[in-house]
Amino acid sequence: MTNLDHLISEAVDLFNGTDEIVELEQAKARYLGRNGRLTELLKGLGKLPPEERPAVGHRINQAKETLEAALNFRRDTIQEKKLEAQLLEEALDVTLPGRGLGMGGLHPITRTLERIQSLFHSIGFTVATGPEIETDFYNFTALNIPENHPARAMHDTFYVDDGAGRHLLRTHTSPVQIRYMEKKQPPLKVIAPGRVYRCDSDLTHTPMFHQVEGLWVDENANFSALKGVLADFMQQFFERDDLPVRFRASFFPFTEPSAEMDIRCVKCENGCRICGHTGWLEVLGCGMVHPNVLEHVGINSEKYIGFAFGLGVERLAMLRYGVSDLRLFFENDLRFLKQFN
Amino acid sequence: MKFSENWLRTFVNPPLSTGNLAQALTMAGLEVEAIEPVAPAFSKVVVAEVLSVHRHPDADHLYVCKVNTDSMESAEPLQIVCGAVNVHSGVKVPCALEGAELPGLTIKRTRIRGIESAGMLCSAKELGLEEVSAGLLLLPDSAPTGMDFRHHYELEDKLLTLKLTPNRGDCLGLGGVAREVAAITSEDLKPLTIKPIKGQLNDALTIQVDAPDACPLYCGRVVRGVSLDVPTPQWILRRLERSGLRSINAVVDITNYVMLEIGQPLHAFDLAKIAGALRGSIHVRYAKPGERLKLLNGEDLMLQPGMLVIADEVKPLALAGIMGGDESGVVQGATDIFLESAFFSPEVISGKSFSLGFSSDSAYRFERGVDFGATRDAMERATGLILDICGGETGPITEIRGKLPQRDPIRLRVERTRRVLGIDLGEARIAELFRRLQFSFSVVGDVFQVTPPTYRFDLAIEEDLIEELARIHGYNFIPATLPQMKLGMLPAPEMLKSLARLRESMTGRDYQEVINYAFVDASWELELAGNTAPVALKNPLSNQLAVMRSSLIGGLISNLQFNLNRKQTRIRLFEIGGCFEKSGEVYAQHEKLAGLCYGDAMTEQWGERARAVDFYDVKADIEALFFPAAVEVEAAPHPALHPGKSALIRVDSKIAGYVGELHPRWQQKFGLPKSVVLFELEAASIMARTLPNAAEISKYPPIRRDIAVVVPEDVRVQAMLNCMYAEKLAVISEISLFDVYHGKGMENGKKSLAFRMLLQDTQKTLTDAEADRVVAQLINVLQNQFGAKLRS
Repeated sequence: MTNLDHLISEAVDLFNGTDEIVELEQAKARYLGRNGRLTELLKGLGKLPPEERPAVGHRINQAKETLEAALNFRRDTIQEKKLEAQLLEEALDVTLPGRGLGMGGLHPITRTLERIQSLFHSIGFTVATGPEIETDFYNFTALNIPENHPARAMHDTFYVDDGAGRHLLRTHTSPVQIRYMEKKQPPLKVIAPGRVYRCDSDLTHTPMFHQVEGLWVDENANFSALKGVLADFMQQFFERDDLPVRFRASFFPFTEPSAEMDIRCVKCENGCRICGHTGWLEVLGCGMVHPNVLEHVGINSEKYIGFAFGLGVERLAMLRYGVSDLRLFFENDLRFLKQFN
Repeated sequence: MKFSENWLRTFVNPPLSTGNLAQALTMAGLEVEAIEPVAPAFSKVVVAEVLSVHRHPDADHLYVCKVNTDSMESAEPLQIVCGAVNVHSGVKVPCALEGAELPGLTIKRTRIRGIESAGMLCSAKELGLEEVSAGLLLLPDSAPTGMDFRHHYELEDKLLTLKLTPNRGDCLGLGGVAREVAAITSEDLKPLTIKPIKGQLNDALTIQVDAPDACPLYCGRVVRGVSLDVPTPQWILRRLERSGLRSINAVVDITNYVMLEIGQPLHAFDLAKIAGALRGSIHVRYAKPGERLKLLNGEDLMLQPGMLVIADEVKPLALAGIMGGDESGVVQGATDIFLESAFFSPEVISGKSFSLGFSSDSAYRFERGVDFGATRDAMERATGLILDICGGETGPITEIRGKLPQRDPIRLRVERTRRVLGIDLGEARIAELFRRLQFSFSVVGDVFQVTPPTYRFDLAIEEDLIEELARIHGYNFIPATLPQMKLGMLPAPEMLKSLARLRESMTGRDYQEVINYAFVDASWELELAGNTAPVALKNPLSNQLAVMRSSLIGGLISNLQFNLNRKQTRIRLFEIGGCFEKSGEVYAQHEKLAGLCYGDAMTEQWGERARAVDFYDVKADIEALFFPAAVEVEAAPHPALHPGKSALIRVDSKIAGYVGELHPRWQQKFGLPKSVVLFELEAASIMARTLPNAAEISKYPPIRRDIAVVVPEDVRVQAMLNCMYAEKLAVISEISLFDVYHGKGMENGKKSLAFRMLLQDTQKTLTDAEADRVVAQLINVLQNQFGAKLRS
């Protein structure tokens, strides 16, 4: 039966000689088709003497299985190759940039405001707002700054042309304290972020800027707690745990005692231009709410004690993000703004 | 308040370096805002006497001088070559010896044009004392030859500048600062000893205080025969100069000196200029209508009824407590003077500088409160100095005393102090602190009764004393403690989207946030918002910042211009901010959100064909902002916008804002090469949202039917949608437009619109027949209302 071996080897050569499925199927027909050579051999079995038939039949069937196996293997191989070729062809330049709209971003002052708000929110401060066109009363009088008080000269006030001189652009967010206390009873914990105005414009002043006012009125509020809350805030804001802070005696008509809070300069060791060579940066004013202010809104100042603070948002943003010129915040140069996205 | 540190240390001299002293003052509320050296560092400069001056044999402009630089007269003179024009034999000048280090210069023994020179005679400029100088710095004859010049000129001194808060008028004199330093550092105070001067003359002016509330204390005194030819002594000049005061003449310098020393402003009148002189009276009264006064600063002032003046029988002489009159001031040639030391109430003086537009050292002090306990002392002190320096004889002090401010005792409770500060100072410590402050007090139980001193105008209530205690105890020694509180959750309203959410929506759609000033150019309000009566400022910084905005659009356009000028080409901005208007007597403020798009719809990129951003891109952004609320738009004009490309936005049938393309007129005016799409919305309308109310989800599949209809070009899609929805067909769950076709194959003036309709029944599967019926009904409506024809 060397013929059969020969046939197998001839067929396998033929199968392996093609890369096309169609040719492979033609080759298959040649051997295993209805008139294929192996099929012919099987048909010829009948002509053999009966005693030879089982053995020959067995060998032919074996050959058939061999051929079918070779055929399947070849078919898989061809298909695999084809797929590989297809995948290769379909491969992307994955390094091409993504398509579609890009992303915008928040103004650095907004970003800073949100950060401040979330820190105070985390210890239970709610947010209040008030009008930017204020009355003389809320901006000054109710805050214990009577008319002609020299403290009014500390605020370079923009007045609204209302014919009476009673309306102005608020010079601080402190009037929100008053408006809030008029409506709510203690205990109170509130911050009031917002824009404020002073008619001053130079290297270190813009006529509009942002403040966050804070107010805590409770039976057990005290100066020590004021220091604690604000010192904690500075550590969290700057993500430090060792940022030195100090409280200096100061004067605000609506707080008594009053203090200014400094933090150790975040840029230098022993004095630089940013801290005016003092090593300290003034970041906020604060104090215990003046009893006159509490009494004015009908809060019993014997029972309740309050503390309040007002921090400058631009100042904190400059220190946090290394902004060297205040005026950049309001030029709205996209090249500047996009750095904070 | 600027002063010489050495001067301060004559009153109180704590063992602290300049830096530590400044730190102590700053921490106690007297902020030292500057410490400057009086002079730059230099060494080996001595007082020298020029013995002889000869011309240099080989140079026209040089002199060869013999100079004595040693206190021993027998010492060998030095030979120094000098080029100064004012070098003469006999003058005393500073001389830098061999090895001296001057600012930027080291002195060596040298030869100048062949002549040996052993040092350098110095000008003020060479020593860094002045910016410019004309020649050698000439010293008085009394300057001791050989003495170290820095010592002679008191250059080992620092200038301290205090940034005083308005409540601390008591520290507007060196004595007051010294008192404060003594309290802070527990150091002994060496107060000035002032002896009353008994006048040799009997001359006195009658003084009539017609406004006793405004001037509760007035001291006046006549001094005759003073000489204004004598120079002001160096020690006074130096201290004045180091406090930033110019020298005028000896008498004025002395009054200024006493003001710096004690804090009491004084004024000297030329007695000869007072009408009627001794026969008349000095009046302290309010100005009369029509009176004028020419002031020392040259201002010719029309006096107002609320202004307090010092007057003689016929005319005002001075604006009381603020500024002297030009005519009655003491100038060269005056010999007889009338000296004034008075207490004017802060209420009378405060606010005046502001309304006058100028201030003075005197007004600055009176409006903060001057120590009426020292008014007479200051007069004695000034008189003494005048007699010592200018000679003359004095009359008695005439003092008119009215009702001075009361200093009622203030109660201080130890327990209250503990509650406010959060630490227990204890009675002993409190008493010690009050003693350091020189406050007189008594104690009963744990209650102190404290009487504030005459110089403190800022102590009225218990908290004021608590601050004093905390300040002198040291704020640093009050520990920072985290407060304890009752825990309660904060409200979280779900029917409101926060402004932060709106900002995120905008940044997510590629808008960059900006923040603009809320005051704008009035022309923006008129042209871009049609606002003819904006809220105006009385004192704007400039015309460009003169009125409060009622719209954010102007700011965005100017940001666009700014960035186009910086080579940006695709710009998408938004701002959320207050907008203002006056309605009746009320100033209303609305938060608005405005956006602006310019340039390509997307950044230049592969795979997307570049196209300019248009109305519909921005409309999609607005729809996203309001989502899931439905946005309705309706063509409507707006002053800022292209009349054919402008629309009102309604949400929940309320006007929420507008959107459109900038009017080509403004586009041209603002110099913008391409069109701009803008919108502005009321922030409140976007923030509102409803609480979801879940409905049943249908188990049955939806049916989609698409129809295309041809309608006239001017038919609005929104109207068609409204009309179809108005049929209120329960099975219609959504109708949306998905294609618009004009052009080829379309009749002129017509367009084809393709709608997708989703039909759904929650109870059963819809049959095709039912769906067909519903769609037919809608087509019918469109035919009737809009002349729509179904497109085949």
